[in-house]
Parts: sequence; C-alpha cells; structure tokens
Amino acid sequence: MKISISVNGVAQEHDVEPRTLLVQYLRESCALTGTKVGCDTSSCGACTVLFEGESVKSCTMLAAQADGGSITTIEGLAASDGTLHPVQQAFHDHHGLQCGYCTAGMVMAAVGFLDENPAPTERDVREGLEGNLCRCTGYHNIVQAVLAAAEGAKQ
Amino acid sequence: MIPAAFEYVRAASADEALAAISEHGEDAKFLAGGMSLLPLMKLRLATPTVLVDVARIRDLSYITDAGDHIAIGALTRHRDLETSTLLAKECGIVASVAAQVGDNQVRHRGTLGGSVAHSDPASDLPAAMVALDAIIVARSAAGERTIAAADFFTGFFETALNADELLTEIRVPKAGASGFNYQKFNRRAQDWAIVGAVAATVAGTKRVALVNMGNTPVRATAVEAALASGASIADASMSAAMGCEPPTDLNASVEYREHLARVLVRRALDASA
Ligand SMILES: Cc1cc2nc3c(=O)[nH]c(=O)nc-3n(C[C@H](O)[C@H](O)[C@H](O)COP(=O)(O)OP(=O)(O)OC[C@H]3O[C@@H](n4cnc5c(N)ncnc54)[C@H](O)[C@@H]3O)c2cc1C
Ligand code: FES
Ligand code: FES
Repeated sequence: MKISISVNGVAQEHDVEPRTLLVQYLRESCALTGTKVGCDTSSCGACTVLFEGESVKSCTMLAAQADGGSITTIEGLAASDGTLHPVQQAFHDHHGLQCGYCTAGMVMAAVGFLDENPAPTERDVREGLEGNLCRCTGYHNIVQAVLAAAEGAKQ
Repeated sequence: MIPAAFEYVRAASADEALAAISEHGEDAKFLAGGMSLLPLMKLRLATPTVLVDVARIRDLSYITDAGDHIAIGALTRHRDLETSTLLAKECGIVASVAAQVGDNQVRHRGTLGGSVAHSDPASDLPAAMVALDAIIVARSAAGERTIAAADFFTGFFETALNADELLTEIRVPKAGASGFNYQKFNRRAQDWAIVGAVAATVAGTKRVALVNMGNTPVRATAVEAALASGASIADASMSAAMGCEPPTDLNASVEYREHLARVLVRRALDASA
C-alpha cells in the first residue's frame, strides 16, 4: 500500500506492505537509523518516536497507522545548524547516557513528556519515563538531565 | 518480529467498519490502538488476514455528559480519559485507573474500547467497568444492543461481543470526583497488576472489584455486603478473596494473590473513605 508520512518535516512517500512496522519503515524505507529496536516487544521504549507530537513505541505501531500523519525521530530534533535540542544538550551536560542504546528513545520520550508536563517533579519524570528501560541503568543522570531541560525551558 | 501478512482496511465510520468486517468474515479483526493486538500478531499468536483499522473513527472518540451518565466513545484513548476534566469531576475513578495503564506511550495509543474488548483479567479498566456497572454498547449490521459489564466479561480473553460487532460506547454512572481509589500492585514500572483493587462509591454505596483474581474482572460482593451491613473496613476486607479463583504464575501463588486482595481492598477502601 502507498503511504505518505511527514518525517521530521520532510514529506515521504513509500509503497509498503501493510505489516510493515513503523520502526522498520523509519530505519529501512527512510534510512533513519537513529531509532533503535531494543526488546521488539513493546517493553523497553528504545524505539520511541513522536507521532503527532506524542510519544509512541514504533515497534508496536504499523507504518500504515501513521499514514497521513507526522513523525519526529531523534534525527529531527537538532536545528539545521547542528545546535542540539535542549533535551539532547541536557543529556550531554548531565552525562545522561552510557552505551547510548536507549538514548534516542529516552530523549524522544522526554521531549514528548516535557511537552505534556513542562514543570515536572522528579517523581513525575520517573513516572513519565516508565516506558523506557536503560540496560546500563543510568537512570539517575537521565532524570537529572530531564529536570535540567525543564528548568532551562523556564528561564 | 514481523506479523504474518494481512490486508489493511481503514474505516472512516462505524458503518464502514461494520461493512468491512462482514465482508471479510471470521479472519478479520478490528484494530484500535493496537497495544494488545499488535504484540500478539508480532508473536504470531494472532494471525488475522484482514485488519479493519477503526482508530480514526473520530465520532467514536468522545467523553460527554449524557444527563444521568457519562458516555465514552469506544475509541477514546487512555490518555484522553486520564486528562479529561469532565471525567475528573463526574467519574474520577475512570480517569484515575486509566492513568495507571501501562506507560505514556501505551496510553497515547490504547483505547478504552480495545481494553474492554480484549478482556484480559490482568487489565485495569475492565475491573473499573465492573465496579461501576458500566453499560457497554455494541453495534453490528443488525443494529445496536447494550450489555451490562457484569454480563460482558465471560471468560479469559472472552466477551459477550460477537465477531461482527463493534464496541461503540461505554456508559458510566456519575460517581463523582471523590470516594474512589485504585490499588495496583506490581513489581516493575509499566507492568500489569499482579492483583489490583478498585473501590468506588456509586450513589452512596461502596463498590469493590478486583483485577487478576480470576478469569474475568470480579466484583468483591462479600466485601460489599459486609460493608452494607455495617462491618468495619478491616473486617470487610477479610472477605476480599472469597469465591475468587486466582491464577498461579511466575509472580504469585494463589495464596499470595488472596493475601494481596485482602490487603489491597483494605487500602483502597481506606483511601476512598
Ligand atoms: C507495554 C504495554 C503495557 C501495558 N500495560 C497495561 C497495564 O498495565 N494495564 C492494562 O490494563 N493494560 C495494559 N496494556 C494493554 C493496553 O491497555 C491496551 O491499550 C488495551 O488492552 C487494548 O486497547 P487497544 O485500543 O490498543 O486495542 P487493540 O490492541 O487494537 O485491540 C485489542 C482487541 O480488542 C479488539 N477491539 C479493539 N477495539 C474494538 C472495538 N471498538 N470493538 C470491538 N473490538 C475491538 C481488537 O480486535 C483486538 O482483539 C499494556 C500494553 C502494552 C503494550
Ligand atoms: S523496541 Fe519498541 S519498546 Fe522495545
Ligand atoms: S545508556 Fe546503555 S542502555 Fe541506556
């Protein structure tokens, strides 16, 4: 089937099988490999992207379900001059990553979360990111990074 | 893991969805948020040959004041329940339970209708529907019928819904902004309840329902009866597991689940007093 999706603001048109998962579509059809597959069973959040501005697990969504809509991936966050998105910068500043495998999903989940809750408490952040696992267990710095990004946005 | 091949049909209205389901018969399935169906398809535990995507039927996504009850469209997402000011005011328990389903990503996609139709005894919202005596509205080519929540959940992942019926609306009573609590017990974030206890107050009467204490969500009728006859919360909670046949699994034995039911019911009742 033919689908058209705006990915990071770029109109994409592809012919895909209906069973194509959104993550597979992004990585293979759009060649955007920033989005990772971790568990492939909806549990780890490594594949998180924004669909219509809201976080979703792209391993548990069909590309067909996103047809006509807009997707933001990790590649779509930084400005065109390379300036990092505030959440990316906060992860950098606070050492919010170790091996980096969960990072794209964590950042996307955090961006979506802060949009819904711009002034979170630490507990809100932990609950807001409960769908994302970090096998390096670097949660402390991830939470600090998200809180710092929220604080930065206030100023 | 990629699902087995299927044909994809997107319905713009309930009528279109019903026409597609009757055209394709037995092997066709409705797809709402996909938060239960897609994982099963990826594991090839479900292999529908046609998916009728109903998620975009906009006029089945609403939360409205219908006078003596609140009407919720079947395609309303958990996220919309969680953030609804109307629900918070008129039937807060539904918003509160929805906020505890899975994680943000799941709540952005999953729907009330999907959760109810899926009928997983470990799911949160079905127990709330049973506690509230919700009315479930189903539509087929032959017309519309209403089913009481107590008659809807018929078994483990089984409901009174026929394969050609689309769940369109769920009606909940105006139980108010307080007098409720949901105790969900799990060990890991985003997980299903090992046991859960819903307490709600409808028209001055306490209702109690349990998650994962049998093949379906169950009403703790013995607890409700004890409370009605004047027993204390501590005493009434002791009957929480009465008549239940909870599963044994990796997480908990029957005895442990029975214990959890008693403790969680007491906590839910204390918090909702
Ligand atoms: C990581 C993860 C964690 C989760 N955690 C929890 C949790 O803690 N608690 C909990 O309760 N649930 C949990 N869930 C399940 C979640 O609540 C699902 O959203 C819900 O069970 C199904 O809703 P859906 O809209 O996604 O339905 P789908 O997956 O699209 O459909 C489920 C079933 O219902 C049928 N169906 C859907 N809509 C209709 C309709 N309108 N009429 C007739 N049939 C219909 C489908 O054909 C299918 O058989 C979790 C899911 C995931 C992926
Ligand atoms: S890869 Fe999608 S949730 Fe783990
Ligand atoms: S940084 Fe390694 S998985 Fe999170």
